[in-house]
Amino acid sequence: MRQFRSMIYPYVVWLAVMVVVPMLMILLYAFTKEGNDVTTFRFTLENFARFFSDAVFLDVLKRSLVIAIVTTVICVLLGYPIAYVIASGPEKSKMFWILMITLPTWINMLVRTYAWVGILQDDGLLNKLFGLLGIGPFQMMYTTFAVVLGMVYNFIPFMILQIHTSLAKMDKSYLEAASDLGANKVQSFLRVTLPLSLPGVLSGITLVFLPAVSSFFIPKLLGGGQYVLIGNVIETQFLTSGDWNFGSAISLIMAVIIMISMYLTKKVDTDPAAEGRRE
Amino acid sequence: MEKKRHRIGSKVILGITALFFYLPIIYIIVFSFNDSRSLTKFSGFSLRWYEKMFSDRTMMEAVVYTIIIAVLATIISTIAGTLAAIGLSRSRKALKNVVEQVNNLPIMNPEIVTAIGLLMFFSAIGITKGFMTLLLAHIMFCIPYVILSVSPKLRSLDPNLADAALDLGATPLQALTKVIVPQIMPGIISGALIAFTMSFDDFIISYFVTGNGVNNISILVYTMSKRVNPSINALSTLVILLITVALLVVNVVPIMREKRRKKV
Repeated sequence: MRQFRSMIYPYVVWLAVMVVVPMLMILLYAFTKEGNDVTTFRFTLENFARFFSDAVFLDVLKRSLVIAIVTTVICVLLGYPIAYVIASGPEKSKMFWILMITLPTWINMLVRTYAWVGILQDDGLLNKLFGLLGIGPFQMMYTTFAVVLGMVYNFIPFMILQIHTSLAKMDKSYLEAASDLGANKVQSFLRVTLPLSLPGVLSGITLVFLPAVSSFFIPKLLGGGQYVLIGNVIETQFLTSGDWNFGSAISLIMAVIIMISMYLTKKVDTDPAAEGRRE
Repeated sequence: MEKKRHRIGSKVILGITALFFYLPIIYIIVFSFNDSRSLTKFSGFSLRWYEKMFSDRTMMEAVVYTIIIAVLATIISTIAGTLAAIGLSRSRKALKNVVEQVNNLPIMNPEIVTAIGLLMFFSAIGITKGFMTLLLAHIMFCIPYVILSVSPKLRSLDPNLADAALDLGATPLQALTKVIVPQIMPGIISGALIAFTMSFDDFIISYFVTGNGVNNISILVYTMSKRVNPSINALSTLVILLITVALLVVNVVPIMREKRRKKV
């Protein structure tokens, strides 16, 4: 039993060096100023003060949050019916459609995002279709619409797969019981299916919100150079202006926001009221 | 009657979903064969962008780097991750909990946070940014996925099995390679597959930790997409083809083998 225990130690060292030290460095840089302070450990909150006192940065933060929330809501609203339809189909088509949803996620995200450029352009495919219907053309590239579309396209598979998993796990006899007890279809959906699939929705929300709030190549590719989200600000700090301290502080702010939102989602999941409904 | 309507409704929803997911992919493949530079008007079939891609040194270098890094990162992280997972399954609870938590950090953290942490770390210890930093970073984010896919297989493994092998005179190495590893092989393979695609497709972390002109495909697509350059379509088609073939091989070969075994 104890034979192979020591095999974990090299990995413990690796984790400490490659995962823990870089995280500590972010903390260290976030709370210090450029120059000698990093090595002399003179801590300051200046980086955070700079962020929260600048209207430009606050606007970027607000826009990132709004876009991430809108993306997440759209993913729930579209992803739920898709997952529901897949889960209620026959076994063979279920497997086929899960494969269809999973396959694109294996293809490079950058390539899939770039693929939208031709479709969304002013004389692109979508506007040609609109033209056939006698509307448009609309400017779609370099708008919020394009950015949200890119995010939904990239992240909705996670939502569909999560919801599908929880729907597939559901015991079908609950639905029979509900209909035996006189519930109609709408009632049994609202009172049985929906509460039972809520854990899937919630883990889907985290899987969509997290990459959406930190994304920086989707806004760059589909929103254009002027479209700045919090991820783009971090990119600029590290790769253009070289202000690692400020960049670390911003990514720490982003990480805290993500942690808070994950905590809130988890709280809904273990909410006693929700628990009661599930029983 | 109602059931029929329901079925048609489902088909419509699934059809639109498939269109949404696959239209951009098909679009980019079609336009990689376009004769003109346009991304919106198809003016005739041509292979000129493929010619351009294959004669473009930076593009070919990026393809080669992507494949070399993905293969090396997959091999190293699969071996290291499997050994770590086996060690983890035998560790004391306290250590196990800590390792599992830290192991999850690169998965749970936004990629950009992992990326800047590694960027600062590499420059602090003075490694030149380039091939080595790229490879180290890829190994770092691949191992957690290998561990996550191997660990469940180890949990369902009878712990007495290895002990029995040792009692019967096997050396620890034999017990490992002849008893434990064959039992957890499905987990190792799916871990390796995840590691390969994660490395092959990675953009954010690679973008931050690379340097010295070492680029992978994703970085190239990102930097080239600022200008209209139809070679990107050809490169993208190549990427889509490579990944689809890899997935088909991994998914279909076991099924074929299974079928042949049944026939015999």
